[in-house]
Amino acid sequence: MSTIAAISTAQGVGGIGVIRISGEDSFKIADKIFVPFVGERGKCLQNLGGYRAKYGTILHENELIDDAVVLVFRAPHSYTGEDVVEISCHGGLYITKRVLRAVLEAGATLAEPGEFTKRAFLNGKMDLSQAEAVMDLISAKSRRANQIAFGMREGKSSKKIAQIKEELLEISAGLSVWADYPEEDIPQVDENVLKNGVQKICERLHGMIDNYDTFKSIKEGVKTAIVGRPNVGKSTLMNFLSDSQKSIVTDIPGTTRDAIEETVMIGDIPVLLIDTAGIRETSDKVEKIGVEKAKKQINESEITLFMIDASSPLCEDDRELLKSLDASKTVILLNKCDLGMQIDARELSTFENRIVELSALKGQGIEKLKEIIENIIGFSNFDPSDAVISNERQLMALKKATEILEDIINQLNLGITLDAVTVLMQDALSIFMEFTGENVSEAVVNKVFSKFCVGK
Amino acid sequence: MNTEDEIINKTNYNEDYEVSVIGAGHAGIEAGLAAARLGCKTVVFAVNLDSVGNCPCNPSIGGTAKGHLVREIDALGGEMGRTTDECFLQSRMLNLGKGPAVHSLRAQIDRNKYKEIMKHKLELQENLSLKQAEIIDIFRDKTNEKWVLTSRNGIKYASKCVVLATGTFLEGVVHIGETSYQSGPDGIFPAVLLGESLKKLGLKLKRFKTGTPARVLRSSINFENLEEQCGDENIVPFSYDTENVGENKVKCYISWTNDKTKEVILKNIHRAPMYSGKIEGVGPRYCPSIEDKIVRFPEKKRHQMFIEPCGLNTEEMYLQGMSTSLPEEVQIEMYRTIPGLENVKIMRAAYAIEYDIADPQQMNSTLEFKEYSGLFGAGQFNGSSGYEEAAAQGLIAGINAALKVKNREQLILDRGTSYIGTLIDDLVTKGVNDPYRMMTSRSEYRLVLRQDNADERLTPIGRKIGLISDERYEKFTKYLSLKCEEKQRVKNVVIAPSEELNQVLVSRETSPIITGVKMSDLLKRPQVTYKDLEAFDKTRPNIDKSIFEKVEVEIKYEGYIARQNNQIKELRRLEEKLIPNDIDYKQIKGLRLEAIEKLGKIKPQNIGQASRISGVSPADISVLIIWLSAKTRKKEGC
Repeated sequence: MSTIAAISTAQGVGGIGVIRISGEDSFKIADKIFVPFVGERGKCLQNLGGYRAKYGTILHENELIDDAVVLVFRAPHSYTGEDVVEISCHGGLYITKRVLRAVLEAGATLAEPGEFTKRAFLNGKMDLSQAEAVMDLISAKSRRANQIAFGMREGKSSKKIAQIKEELLEISAGLSVWADYPEEDIPQVDENVLKNGVQKICERLHGMIDNYDTFKSIKEGVKTAIVGRPNVGKSTLMNFLSDSQKSIVTDIPGTTRDAIEETVMIGDIPVLLIDTAGIRETSDKVEKIGVEKAKKQINESEITLFMIDASSPLCEDDRELLKSLDASKTVILLNKCDLGMQIDARELSTFENRIVELSALKGQGIEKLKEIIENIIGFSNFDPSDAVISNERQLMALKKATEILEDIINQLNLGITLDAVTVLMQDALSIFMEFTGENVSEAVVNKVFSKFCVGK
Repeated sequence: MNTEDEIINKTNYNEDYEVSVIGAGHAGIEAGLAAARLGCKTVVFAVNLDSVGNCPCNPSIGGTAKGHLVREIDALGGEMGRTTDECFLQSRMLNLGKGPAVHSLRAQIDRNKYKEIMKHKLELQENLSLKQAEIIDIFRDKTNEKWVLTSRNGIKYASKCVVLATGTFLEGVVHIGETSYQSGPDGIFPAVLLGESLKKLGLKLKRFKTGTPARVLRSSINFENLEEQCGDENIVPFSYDTENVGENKVKCYISWTNDKTKEVILKNIHRAPMYSGKIEGVGPRYCPSIEDKIVRFPEKKRHQMFIEPCGLNTEEMYLQGMSTSLPEEVQIEMYRTIPGLENVKIMRAAYAIEYDIADPQQMNSTLEFKEYSGLFGAGQFNGSSGYEEAAAQGLIAGINAALKVKNREQLILDRGTSYIGTLIDDLVTKGVNDPYRMMTSRSEYRLVLRQDNADERLTPIGRKIGLISDERYEKFTKYLSLKCEEKQRVKNVVIAPSEELNQVLVSRETSPIITGVKMSDLLKRPQVTYKDLEAFDKTRPNIDKSIFEKVEVEIKYEGYIARQNNQIKELRRLEEKLIPNDIDYKQIKGLRLEAIEKLGKIKPQNIGQASRISGVSPADISVLIIWLSAKTRKKEGC
């Protein structure tokens, strides 16, 4: 079985994020990206006993991402019953996803929904009733995945992938008819044309992969900074939106993370909320750094939510901040209005249409907030066709496909015969077809007969 | 026809067999020979004994992917390869220079001689009876668990297992223009009553169509301006048994259609039964009639055709690429537009034939019907096309019928073993919408499933079953150990750098060497061949040259082969997870509706097969695996 990996802590705010790897290559894969503080890099986890841990750094694209504690479990003494590595790093979407990406690029495949549990069951770590719960989970998640896939199929986004698939299919059909109908009057395969075709597809794939980070912000959330004095209700709003009563940890030193972030849905819009509160609060100690960081957060965000306690008048701090905010992307949230409005509307005149009267506790005013956000980011006009990858799995799939296609070009340059190319082409094609569940050889054969006039 | 009472009263048979094969075409022959060779009392029925081993279409065996099938049949202990070697007229290895995965052997054969040899082999075969009889009825005698076959002459045959290999005979209808009549191929009468009986039994049948071009008189052709096609200088035989390879005896010729041909066809297209709506059967995409080609590819100015001799003792010539079901007078007019055929005389007109097939999704990978114990299907009856595809299935059906009689474990070849396994898996898992032709692009593992290593892949299996003689097996193992030794040697031998060697390397557009390099490392370079290194390879043994070729392929494609072997390993992991037959998919929580329907219809035998069914998602497969494991564990009580 392949080695799988996923983020196993809840995605969102949390002090610690855990990336779990399971399968026979777990140790090898983790060793590729882990640099221990004590001991040598390369084999330290492979040589480590079960139930033991190492402290060090995670490396991705030659960059140190985060400090991490890495735990080793040896089969069968683990959750899944296989060799397992758990990387505990700092929480938050950005870091955990980046660590996951490093793990995937080192050779793991992204776990299917419920796959760790499935393996645990298959390895006898779980009983039947638990297994049934897993089946529900898998089908529920896959239904959702299907809905998402279906949604994507309708949109422009998937057309780009479909187009690349179609082009690969045409190349494959050309190779196939060349191999299967040697005596027919069909166009010969020109290696240069073949190479150019593959090269062009590679370039487009690269473009899509590069675009991923841009797209991610929209897919994973509109970067939105919440600003405001302590206790105006920022945490309450975040909790309301994230639909859970998480205690938000605010006492993290500004080492790797600049802010507490969480992806929430405001209506249909995913929003990556960045709470700058922590920084403001610690600004007493290292004020300068804190304020600068808060400003940086505000600058980098696409939207700034400025929350004010409407039950008391504006203070000097508020006024100063208001002056520095970019009115075109700022929304004023008047919280606690239900406790009596104490704000002079004239002071907020520059934000005219961007004022929401809110009760974070009761969730009132969210609909209006959504409308304003949509308005600011032009959500309805968003055209995703230039950035089609919607998740890490697709990103990895496209990277893998690109790798194979680049290998085709290399191999062709080395002078390999085309039968080997057909095999690589099929592997690349199967990556695209996996999403739609089509059968590769079937599709190629169909293409051959629709495109070429062959046969006795 | 048979009421329950009648059935019970019919316990007196005229003859009793262990394996009965209905049909003596390419499928029936292999089935009958395999069953008899495995020690079963076997009978093979043919509507006409002069049609045993008939090639009613092209007079050739093999070709791309089909050549692989013939080699695999031979490696397992089948007959097609040997017989082809005994009567070929011209042999060619296709696709040389395109890489070892797609090398394919094809031979023009002497059609009459092929029939004669095959029939004689059946006649000489111990345990085998060859009978001219039209089987018109088949039913299951439940009292003693036998199948009962009734001939048109009223003779009753009992049999433990039956292989249905009816080819294009079942409910056969021939179409030539507006004319159509009940007929099998080549004017032999069809099996009309049997079709009724099979329907009554409950088999799901479908209507397929195929066609063949005209046979024309050699002396009416003007060969003067036609391009010739000759056989290979070095002939490779199909069979691993064949030691004395024959020689090429004939040439084939190439010509082309033109605007006039197109004009004649389009003028008369309304008279082609496929276009007038007279034919309901689905025709093969891989083998379209000339009117199909012209209608579907209007931009193509000309179509290639081959003129091939049908044998040494006949003047009939086959017009490959020109199958049609236009009226005979249009056929003449059309053929005469083609250069070389200006005065051509038709001996047998081209025709289309419609026939019944059984939906192969009703069968297991053993080719036994899931719902009918002891009943097997093979060949065109299963929706395939081609002599080689038929023979391959016949061999497997015959083997499994015999193994069943002997209470031995059934033989299933998975996709990782062979093209035969791929063919059968495609048929039983995906079903057929038009006649199925084997192609190299149908195999995911084509760098492993090469025609040169069919023996390594399948002869040990054939041996285990009992179709490979001691002598042949010894020859095989000896060859194999020589190959392994040579491969080892090449991996150890170091080739020293020299002026001469570097000259060769540079002339092959690859970099020269400065220090000694292992011969295997040099062979890994795509440009460098065994032959190039001959002068520098001092310890090269004097052995069969084909060993060098094999070693070179294995070294050159080592990375690819390893990669494909891993994929096969993954495949087998899923194939080993068996699914019980009596499973009720509706009971499995979490399966999607489409998956429930498809799985229920096809009843896959294992998880691997289930995963190849279109409409079954990876999530469905996960659910299925968990459900199965839970069930097993519950049974074991832990």
